[in-house]
Parts: sequence; C-alpha cells; structure tokens
Amino acid sequence: LDHGSGGKLSHKLISEILVPIFDNPILSSMDDGAVFEIPKGKMAFSTDTYVVDPIFFPGGDIGELAVNGTVNDIAMCGASPVYLSAGLIIEEGFSIHDLEKILKTMEKAARKAKVYIVTGDTKVVPKGAADKIFINTSGIGMIYDKADTASSNAKPGDKIIISGTMADHGITILTQREGMKFDTSIKSDTAPLNHVVKNMLTDYPQAVHVLRDPTRGGVGTALNEIAESSKAGIKIYEQRLPVKKEVAGICELLGFDPLYIANEGKFIAVVSPDMADQVLKLIHEDEYGRDACIIGQVTDDHPGRVFMETSIGGTRIVDMLTGEQLPRIC
Amino acid sequence: MTDKLIAKGLKINGIVQGVGFRPFVFQLAKKYNIKGNAANTSEGVLIHAQGLPEDISAFCRDIEIKKPPLAHITEFLSCPEPVVEYSRFSIIKSKAGKAASTLISPDVSICRDCLREMMDPLDPRFGYPFINCTNCGPRYTIIDNIPYDRPNTSMKIFPMCKNCQAEYDNPENRRFHAQPNACPVCGPQVKLCDKHGNEIKTTDPVLKTAQLLKSGNIVALKGLGGFHLAADAQNQDAVSCLRQRKAREEKPLALMSYNLDIIKKYAQIDLEDEILLNSIQCPIVILKKRYDNKTNHLIAQAVSPKNNYFGVMLPYTPLHYLLLSCIPFTALVMTSANISNIPIAIDNNQAFKNLAGIADYFLIHNRDIYLRSDDSIVRNMAGSPRFLRRSRGYVPTPIFLKHKLPQILACGAGMKNTICLTREKNAFISQHIGNMDNLETFDFFKLTIEHLKRILDIKPEIIAHDLHPDYMSTEYALAYQGDVQKIGIQHHHAHIVSCMAENHIQDPVIGLSFDGTGLGTDGHIWGGEILISEYHSFTRAAHFSYLPMPGSSAAIKEPWRMAVSCLYHAFGKKLWDIDLLFLKNIEKNKLKILLDMIDKDINSPQTSSLGRFFDSIAALTGIRTHASFEGQAAMELEMEAENNISHLTMPYDYTWTSEQPRQIMLKPIIQGIVRDIQAGCPVSAISSRFHMTLICLVSDLCGIIGKETGIKQIALSGGVFQNAILFKGLISELNRKGFKVFTHSLVPCSDGGISLGQAVAAWAVLKN
Ligand SMILES: [Fe+3]
Ligand SMILES: [Mg+2]
Ligand SMILES: [Zn+2]
Ligand SMILES: [Zn+2]
Repeated sequence: LDHGSGGKLSHKLISEILVPIFDNPILSSMDDGAVFEIPKGKMAFSTDTYVVDPIFFPGGDIGELAVNGTVNDIAMCGASPVYLSAGLIIEEGFSIHDLEKILKTMEKAARKAKVYIVTGDTKVVPKGAADKIFINTSGIGMIYDKADTASSNAKPGDKIIISGTMADHGITILTQREGMKFDTSIKSDTAPLNHVVKNMLTDYPQAVHVLRDPTRGGVGTALNEIAESSKAGIKIYEQRLPVKKEVAGICELLGFDPLYIANEGKFIAVVSPDMADQVLKLIHEDEYGRDACIIGQVTDDHPGRVFMETSIGGTRIVDMLTGEQLPRIC
Repeated sequence: MTDKLIAKGLKINGIVQGVGFRPFVFQLAKKYNIKGNAANTSEGVLIHAQGLPEDISAFCRDIEIKKPPLAHITEFLSCPEPVVEYSRFSIIKSKAGKAASTLISPDVSICRDCLREMMDPLDPRFGYPFINCTNCGPRYTIIDNIPYDRPNTSMKIFPMCKNCQAEYDNPENRRFHAQPNACPVCGPQVKLCDKHGNEIKTTDPVLKTAQLLKSGNIVALKGLGGFHLAADAQNQDAVSCLRQRKAREEKPLALMSYNLDIIKKYAQIDLEDEILLNSIQCPIVILKKRYDNKTNHLIAQAVSPKNNYFGVMLPYTPLHYLLLSCIPFTALVMTSANISNIPIAIDNNQAFKNLAGIADYFLIHNRDIYLRSDDSIVRNMAGSPRFLRRSRGYVPTPIFLKHKLPQILACGAGMKNTICLTREKNAFISQHIGNMDNLETFDFFKLTIEHLKRILDIKPEIIAHDLHPDYMSTEYALAYQGDVQKIGIQHHHAHIVSCMAENHIQDPVIGLSFDGTGLGTDGHIWGGEILISEYHSFTRAAHFSYLPMPGSSAAIKEPWRMAVSCLYHAFGKKLWDIDLLFLKNIEKNKLKILLDMIDKDINSPQTSSLGRFFDSIAALTGIRTHASFEGQAAMELEMEAENNISHLTMPYDYTWTSEQPRQIMLKPIIQGIVRDIQAGCPVSAISSRFHMTLICLVSDLCGIIGKETGIKQIALSGGVFQNAILFKGLISELNRKGFKVFTHSLVPCSDGGISLGQAVAAWAVLKN
C-alpha cells in the first residue's frame, strides 16, 4: 500500500517507472506541475476518466484508451492536442508488470498521437476501493485557425459523415467482460483521430461545422445532441450505416442496436454539402478513416430530432434513450 | 288565439349536426304547426319553438324518440321564453361560438336511398361515386373546424350547382344541409392514373380500374379515410405480389365483397356478424373461413395464410359499390395503403410518392381527406362485438362516462396508439394512430391531437401518459407546454381503468390485465397482472412470475428466445439434456450465448407478460420461432387449440407462491408441456391443455383473492383477451364462481384502448 502515500515508494514508482517511460523534458524536470509556453490563440482543455473493464482487450488496453480518448476529445473541439496529464488510481496488489504494460501503451499512444504527457499522479488505494486501475487524462490543445466545430453549428443541408464502422469498441468490451465466446476477430477501434482532424481543419476549416466522437451512447446519442443543440433535424439512412458484419451479427443476437453502442476511434463530422466529397476524400486517406461514408444530412424539418429511413421504408425515430433499452413494442 | 301560445328555447346536444337533425326538426315543426327557428351552433342545436302547449310537448317528445338514425342526444335542455312574432319555422345560418359542446358524426357508409339513386340510370347521380345525403357520407375525415358547415370541410372548393344548392336549401329534401352534397356537374371527380401519375384517358375510369384489377394489377384506391391497395383476392399471384411489394409477409389482408351472399361462399357468418357487416359503420369483421374443399379456392391462399379467419367488409363508399358491381369479383383485397407501419396515405401526391413501388395504377379523386382514419376491425366474441381497432365509422363518437371530467389529454401507449380527450361526460378516443416508432406516425399523432383539440374545442388542463420513458407518447406529454398538470399512469392499471370506465363500474374490481409488455412500477416489464384496482390506485395482488427476455425487444420478435428462457427457468442447466426438437434446431453456440445473456443479465429485462408466455409455448411446440407481426405466435397457438376444442382436457399442474404479491409459478406448466411434447401429444391437444390451465389457474386465484378482499367483480383487459378461448373460458368460469365479469365492448382491450384508462385514472388520481 505504501506506493502513493507520499513517501519513498511513491517517488520510486514515479521516478523508476513513470518518468523513464514517458521520457520528455517537461515531465523529467519533476516539479509540482508542468511549465510550458503557449502560442497565441484559442485553447481547448478536456478531461476524462477511464474505468474500463476488462483493462486489457482485443485492440488495446485502458492506457491506450485513456490517451486516445482525451486526444480525441480535444481534436473534436477543433484543436490540435499538445500536452496531456495522467492520473492513476491503482488498487492495492495490482501487478507492477501490468502497470508497466499499461504505461508503455500510454507512451506508445502518446507518441503516435504526437502529444506529450507532461504531468501525472498516482495513488494506490486499499483493495476494493478501486477496481484494478482507473486512469484520468486531461489535455490541452490549440484550436485551428478559423475552426469552430461546436455541436450547435449544424445547418440544414449539411452532410453527416461518419469516419468508420460503428459499435466495434462497445461490443468488444461487452463480450470480453462477460466472457462470451464468439468466434470472430472483433476488436476495439481505439485510435487517435487528431491527425485526420488536422488535415480536415487545415484544408477546410470552414466547411467542417461540427465534430463529435460518438463514444458512450454511440452514434444515436451523439447525433441527438447535435440535432438538439443545432435546433435542426438529422436524417440518416439505415442502409448506409457502416457496421462490420461480425459486429452486426453479435448485436442482433444480443438484441442491441449498433446506433447506441460506444465507439473509441470514430468521429462524426457535419460538413457543408458543397465540400462534403472533398472532406470525405481527405478522411479516406487517413488510416483510421478508410471506411468513412456519408450517412445522412441535416434537415430544416423536425428540429431537434434524428430520424432514419429504414430499409423496409418508413422513417424510424432515433431517439435519445433514457436508460436501458427496455422494449417499447408489445 | 295568440294568447294560448307558449314559447320554448331548446338546447340539444350530442351527435346532432350533419346527421339530418334540423330537417327532421323542420318536418316535426310543420307537423305540429310550430313556428320559430333552429340553428346549428357550436353549443349544439338551438331551437326556438312557439306553438300550442300540447303541440310543443308532442314536438319535444318526438325529437327525443324519433330522432334520425345517426343522431345521438346527450343533452336536452328546455326553458320557457317570451312569445314573439314568428311567421314560420325557419332554419337559420350556423354561427361559431366559444363552447363547442356539440358532437361530430363519424363517417357513415352509403345509405339505401343514395345507393338506389346511384344505380338508377334515370337519376342525375347515376354512377356518381360521391353521392351522399344527410344520412350518409363523409364527416369526420373532411372536417377541419367547427361548426360542421361546408366552408369548414374539404368540400369548400366545390361550389354547388343550382340543383344541388336547391336540395341543400330545401328543408324537405334528404340533402337539406348535407354539407358534402355534390353531383357530377359540380362535385369531385375520379381519375385513373398510371404509376407515374399520368392520367389514363378513359370514359369510365371505374370500369377500367375493375378490368385492371381483374387482370392481376395492384391498384391504389383513394377512399374515405385514406388510400387502399386493392387486388383481386382470387388471384394468388396478384396477392403474393402485393405482399411482397408491401413487405407484409403473413399478416392477414382485409377483403371486401359486394354482398353477404358472396361472403357466405368463403366465410362462415352468423346473425351477429350479418348485423355488424351491414351496420352503418361498416367495419372489417373477423369471420371464420369456410373449410369445404370446393370453395377453398375462392380466395387466394396468400390472403390469410396459416390463419382460420378472414377480415371482411362490405362496400361502404359509392365508389366501392361501383367498382364491385361492374365486374364480378368474389372479393377484392383492400388493405390500407402504407408501407409497414407508417400511416395510411391520404394525399394524392404523397400516395404517388410513397406507393410508387407498390401500386401499378392509382384511382384518385379531388376531394381532400383532412384526417386519415383506418378501417375499423371488429370481432364478435362472447355475445358482443369486440374492437380490434376502433377507427373509421366510430370515431369521433365519444364513450359516455359516468362522471364529469375536466379537460384531459391522454397520450396513449407506444403501439396501436390512440389518444383520448375528455370534456364533461364524454371521452373522445381518436382514430387508430399506430406504432409510434415512426416519424410519420408521430407526426400523425401530433396532428390528430391538434385537430381533435380544435374540432372538439378542448384545451387540456391535465396530460396523462404511460410510465415508459421511451414511448414517444410519453416524450410528447413530458414536453407539452402550457399550464397543465402531468400524470403518469401505469400501463396495466390504465388497461383496467379503461374497462371500468366504459362499464361505469363504481367499486373496486379484481382486474386481470394480460398483455404483451408494459413498464411496471418496479422497473420490470409487466403483462400478466392481477390487480386490485380502483380508478385512482391499484395494488398488485398476483402476477405471473418473472422470466428474463434475452435480447429485450428481440425476444418479442423472436419467440424462440422466450422459449429458451422458459426451459432454462424450468430445468436450469439440465436444459442441455432435454430431448426436444425445438432445442435441436437451435445452433449450440447461439443457445449458449442466450443462456449467458440470462446468467449475466445482459440486455435481458424481466417480464411477467402472459403474451410472452404464449409466445414461448408457441415456439416450444414448434409453431413458430419468429413472428412477422405482433401477436402472431400466440394467435397461431390459439388456433391450434381451436382445432381441438371438442376434447375434454385436464389442466397442467399449477401453483403460486404465498407472499404478496403472489407469483404464479411457470415451472410446473412448462414441465408439463415438455412432457407432453416428448410423449408425442399433438400440438392442438397441448395448446388446449395450456389454455385450460390458464383458465383454471386464473379463476382459482381470483376465487381466493375474491374471498380475501370481498370483491365480487372482475374486469378483463389487455391484448391477450383477443384470444377467444381464454376470454370465453374465463368469463364462464368466473361467472360460475359467482363473479360479475366486465369486459370491453366499446374500446379495444389492447393498447388501442389504453388512452381512455389513462384519462380517467388521471382524473381520479387528482381528485383523490
Ligand atoms: Fe398493453
Ligand atoms: Mg470522452
Ligand atoms: Zn344517403
Ligand atoms: Zn351539383
């Protein structure tokens, strides 16, 4: 338990494991906080805490998720993420080996995203007070020139782009956590999205009206939030929604709607219609945007509502769900 | 002489407008030598009558007893007035006013007189598809506002010709103030178009349409409350093609035949059915198929596959009669023109767009439908007609309540939605709105609420809704703006209250609320509930024990999931050893995952639904693993038992727990059924035993609850009571035990009737 109570062991934990792994000049100075210069302009600042179970899963682990998650949140603000902090809450008895493994993937993820983890903290708590390991990451980034990607910016006529397949992360985590055996190779989609966002906002800063990452609550929830804050309707097409075949199969068996399942490496972009094809092309060039497609558009009818043209005809309301997916039919 | 005269002011309310009421009053006035006037106002019909005292009283008496067939008087006020100079009895122009307590008539099928005229080559309206009079024709579907006058209907764009106007103005004419009055010179016209909307030039569009139907085409017909899709019911290819294009796999399609004699060739009709078929409401009536081989080929098998019944109606508009009389058809399929679950098309352009891939031709007309209204569906059961859907012909006739209620809007459930508005002692239940998961249906829901509020002049003070937060009707209620009180009413309580309200029940009842799904107060999905119920509250006396629904909604569409859940519940891990064809047909891994979902509580809400239990048994016995429409599996299970009804059967073992609320154990029933399946019993016998078990079990339990509580009356509600065997069986068993049993005959027992219960319960809650 001594790791983290402020004494030697904690210092040892940080200096012997953390610092060498996250090796960078700002962190290595070991002051109470990180000190750095910022260029002129607007900043984005975001924080999120990761408590995923299991902590290791196909496609990644909690550390990678924590880095990418905050990187993406900052990117969604229309910013280029620069510095991150990492706070770790570790359950007593957690294996140092696993910790190292997680820290290493954090470092790798940071390197891939080209961000620095410049300050951090660890606390070790008694057994049962936390489940294995919780990670908080916060980050700051610089807003791109002329970029404004707030959820309230969707305008009628805008196209809705999704950067890839839905539900991979949520279904992977669920099936892993519950130990369900599916003979498939599905894995989490956790990935940094800041590079593709950079390309988009550098080339078309004014064409990209909204950026959102459809994490918890999935694409359905994210679109509802956009529709609500933009006071516009959103129409999507069932047949255009990208879902991997295996994921769709599992969703069907479990009775889940992929529209409401979490993603960790996808974004929704609301783009002005005349530039949609160019933006889409740009996204396709990124390694995490190969499956990007236009799934619908913003409408001036039915403000605040998301609706989907179904494959059998008719227009299903894609509602914000209030809780579990309790059956509505009888 | 004049000093003997007296004068009276009469105010008459109810369905008194657009039903030939004023001409009738005019004739009466003439008969009794009464002077004065009559006016339609939004407060009802106001009459100033002046005459000899004995004539006045005869006049008043006759108004009440001899009123026209469509009229329904709910209020008759009379007060003395000073005698003034009237030279004659006249009918004065309608005026709009504030308090619209008048009732609007539903749409009425064509009357004998109009039919005779239309078929008479010498009549000016010979062959005219829009003939009508004060006794028949469109009403509710063409009204946009009150009072019911031509400028407030979709007839406003057709100025009457001299002849029509003369009829309209003549108090002695059958068409006096018949708002939709029209003739070939001045009124609406039909037009036949191809699927691209191009008119097909023909001297007789109706005859041409009949020929197209005969040669196997699918035609979209604009009717009274919306478009129908029509096809020759004898033509298997045409019917299958219609099914395929409409993406409607197996749900029975409605039929229309020219007369009763033709219907009798393919369906069994008894006297009650004849009365219903011939009624002015002209609903679709559920009739048992005739099974003699010679006649079986009369109707294509695809009309109502794997089903013992047809839904049949007689023609109800002049156009229907013309169409069915020009070429002999055994029957036409007449199904509402929509693609799966979205509201029936009413507008020409919209129809061309939405039905483009379905209809080959369109027979349209230029009289607008303001408010759609699907065909009503009725089935005679246990001595009364029972609504499966209450819509065209019945709406907006109110349900008359025992108590005066404030103005309430009840938003209904999630599927088969109707809404209910109350005013005084009237509960106005809307036409069938449908399944609210669609944007189109939700828009129609909002439109209907606004429309009904306007034509009934109701400004709700109270909004009642279901407890399910994700029903669109609940969402609408919670977002409702204005100075209103909002009240959530539990689904199964609302079911029972709706039965109590239509039967004017006073004291508490034992309510059997059996349906598919509804959210309970404990967060679980209810549907097999025995409630001690009053208007304002209920307690749960017993319920079917909970079963997980692996996959949530998927478990409703796929009864095999519920069957697995049942087996797991009854046998636990031993399930793997049960020798059952049902289990053999399920992929091992799939089964494993389903059990995992149950064990780990993944997307597996708990349900006490009897509807789901029916589904499970249907799947277990091999009837079906997947349902293509709501209630299909349960319905087919019932039909199996029907085939076995003559046998005397023993119930399976049954029991319940002793704690409160009691839980009805499913284990012994499931185990008994599995034993029977393994012993090779025919499905019909098993189904019969299952029905018998439910009847004995529920009536025994009611007996005990009745003794404990002293309650001697029972109300039955919920969609499961569309099952005739259970319904009739329970009624007679409960009667035998000395209970008075109340059932639905004015509103559907399914979720289509729930808005009434919500409204009345909301009022009672606030009053208490
Ligand atoms: Fe229900
Ligand atoms: Mg986040
Ligand atoms: Zn008539
Ligand atoms: Zn005319």
